Amino acid sequence: MEQTTTRSAAIRDGLGVGLAVGLSGVAFGAAAVTAGLDVAQACVLSLLTFTGASQFALTGAVGAGGDLVSATAGALLLGTRNTLYGLRLADLLQVRGTRRAVAAHGVIDESTAVALAQPDPAAARAGFTTTFVTLYVMWNLTTLAGALGTSFLGDPGMLGLDVVGPATFLAILWPRLRERSELRTLALTGALIALAATPFLPPGVPVLVAAAAVLVVMVR
Amino acid sequence: MTLWWAIAIVCAGCYALKLAGLAAPRKVLDHPLVHRFSELVPVALLAALIAVQMFTEQGRLDFDLARTAGLGAAVVALLLRAPFLAVLASAAVVTALVRLFTG
Repeated sequence: MEQTTTRSAAIRDGLGVGLAVGLSGVAFGAAAVTAGLDVAQACVLSLLTFTGASQFALTGAVGAGGDLVSATAGALLLGTRNTLYGLRLADLLQVRGTRRAVAAHGVIDESTAVALAQPDPAAARAGFTTTFVTLYVMWNLTTLAGALGTSFLGDPGMLGLDVVGPATFLAILWPRLRERSELRTLALTGALIALAATPFLPPGVPVLVAAAAVLVVMVR
Repeated sequence: MTLWWAIAIVCAGCYALKLAGLAAPRKVLDHPLVHRFSELVPVALLAALIAVQMFTEQGRLDFDLARTAGLGAAVVALLLRAPFLAVLASAAVVTALVRLFTG
């Protein structure tokens, strides 16, 4: 009974996150077309890359006229955090073979956050799967809508969509920040390092430099 | 390199990175340093992503009043323990409203 309750709570969490964050695919579709990608390219990125930060990093760099090699490198470097999420999730998900190959595609910020927030492994698996499926469907539909509709939609900023990404990340971080002052220091340091590095480094790289903040916490 | 090649590399690379974490041998996972690193890195990266998406524009520092007000609304919603959707909705609505009224 206890397990059923935690599972349905996890499914509700996953649906909420998937539907809400999935909407920001509109912002990606719009940003991609604005940066000079065509609709097919925007959709392929959402279907096969399916990790928002890397997608935004690539299109952002293309739009800013950065060269494709550094744009690609930035997107891939940003994707390395999914490797770390995968390490955390491997224990909880316990998947092998084909199921692991499929589950791997869903290892992203949001699904990891929902899974790790659950009280037991069954709920964590339910939360991961629900978030992955809901977000995947939504993200791809809204990418298509955003890419096709850019000329009609005008500026997605008018709808406040540009704040959805940061607000999502903050909501994901929140429980961890509330619990431990060590993590608050880490988050603040990471944010400051990224801002300080922004004027000097290509798009995408400052965020990775911020991972250096982890070393500060770890060596103490 | 054409744009399609860049897209193909990013797609394949991002998937490989995801799979690498999920398929890593247990020995790697059990190492306390790896465990601690994988717990802490997302916190630093997410905080950095928030900072960059909030306060930079095209590689420059940038302050956007509407966006900042929206994130402030999200903080209030989080303090009030609002559900996830309500947090995101309040952020977007406040940002859109501030933009509407400040032009």
